[in-house]
Formats: sequence, structure tokens, C-alpha cells
Amino acid sequence: MEVPLNHYLILSGVLFAIGVVGVVTRRNAIIIYMCIELMLNAVNLTLIAFSSYLGDMGGQIFTFMVMTVAAAEAAVGLAIIIALFRTRRTVDVDDVNLLKG
Amino acid sequence: MELLIFYGLGLLALFAAAAMIMVRQPVTSALLLILNMFCLSGLYAMLGAHLIAILQLLVYAGAIMVLVLFVIMLLNLREKKGIVSKHQIALQTAGVAVFGVFMAVIAARLHTSQLPNPKAVTASFGTVGAVGRVLFTDYILPFEIASILLLAAIVGAVILAKSKV
Repeated sequence: MEVPLNHYLILSGVLFAIGVVGVVTRRNAIIIYMCIELMLNAVNLTLIAFSSYLGDMGGQIFTFMVMTVAAAEAAVGLAIIIALFRTRRTVDVDDVNLLKG
Repeated sequence: MELLIFYGLGLLALFAAAAMIMVRQPVTSALLLILNMFCLSGLYAMLGAHLIAILQLLVYAGAIMVLVLFVIMLLNLREKKGIVSKHQIALQTAGVAVFGVFMAVIAARLHTSQLPNPKAVTASFGTVGAVGRVLFTDYILPFEIASILLLAAIVGAVILAKSKV
């Protein structure tokens, strides 16, 4: 393989960092959710890269499971966002502070 | 050649991710995330994970992002007050800074550390047959538990999104 493993890992790390920046800075709950998906994707890239470079299929099975969990998360997370919008008429995380002490 | 494709896809993925957290419209953001997922799918195909590359397009870019776009259009949101959350701005900045330093340290370490040499993978590595054989023998229990997880998620989503339980 021509591309060194480092390149994949650094790309994955930068994508994960962009996802973290999105989660802590944005105020729209749906965009925060999409940034979490971006972080999951970055981790998947690491798993696939290691799986390929070590010749072990385990990493791809892990990615498969991450995708399953992401699908479940999409269903429940978006249902929560819809329920939130129905009661508060907003998905702005700054306006949702009922649990704040 | 392979390096060139890697840089093309990688830079496009980075651009899509960076633009995704900066644009104002949620729909544009979702479309940029789909672009990012297409690039990652190309990288998976380059790494020989053919099944995962197709699943990335079908499950992530297809099913999950369509659901997200559906919700964005259903709620018909408009950004009125600016995109950046105003609460605890110091905490956010500190968090981002700490995380940036953390990633920089990891990148610096990766640059010098000895990583495993690539093993020669066979042509069938990562195909549907090869992944399926491992999934249905060694990893059969996680596979079955995933079905229970999905069932729980379906029930939970229906109960949460219903107006009256």
C-alpha cells in the first residue's frame, strides 16, 4: 500500500477534531447531532485503516457495529429532537436549560 | 497515483467537514456531511473494505442522512440569532484548545513512532463473502445483540415521537 498508515490516522484525527469543534460551538441541536455522526465516521476511518494494515477483519466488524449503533442513534436522537421541538418550539440548545442547576 | 487519490479525497473530506460546521443553513450542512461520507467511502474502497464502502453509502449517506434531511425540512428551522452558542464561551474555547493540543501531540507522536508494516492482503479481503464469514461465525453474538438494539431503538423512537402515549 502506497499511502502510509500515518496519513489515514492524521486525517481521521483532524476530522474528529472538526466534529468536536462543531459539537461545542454550534447551537442548533440537529447540527450538533450531525457533528457526532462526523466523529463516528472519523473513528470508522481509523478502524478500517488499522484493519487493512494489520490484515485483520475485526476492524471492519467493529465498523459494522458502529454503523448499527449510529442507525439506532439516528432514530432515537431525531425522535428526541422532534419531541423537543413539539414542546418548546425550538431546537436551540441555548434555550433548552430546564435541567440547569 | 494512490497517494494522489488519497490527497484528493482527504482534502475534499476535510473541506466538507470544515464547511459543514461553518455554514448557516442546516440543509447545506447536511449535504456537506453527505459529501464527506462519499469521500470516506472512497477511502474505504482504497483500503480494500469493499462491503463497508458500500454500506457507508447505503446506510449513512442513504438512510441516516435522508432521515436527518427529513427532520430538518419537517421542523423548517431558521437561524435567527447567529450560529454559535453563546453560553460558557470561555469553557468552549478552553475545550477546543485542549483538544487541539491533544490532537497535535498525537500527530507529532504518529509522525515519529514505528507503526506496523502493511501486511499483504489477499484480493478477497473485505469483500461481502469474507466479512460475512467472520460476522456469522466469530462475531455471531454481537450480531444478534445488534438486532435487539435496533428493535429497542425502533420502539423508543416511536414512543418518543408519538404525540400521545
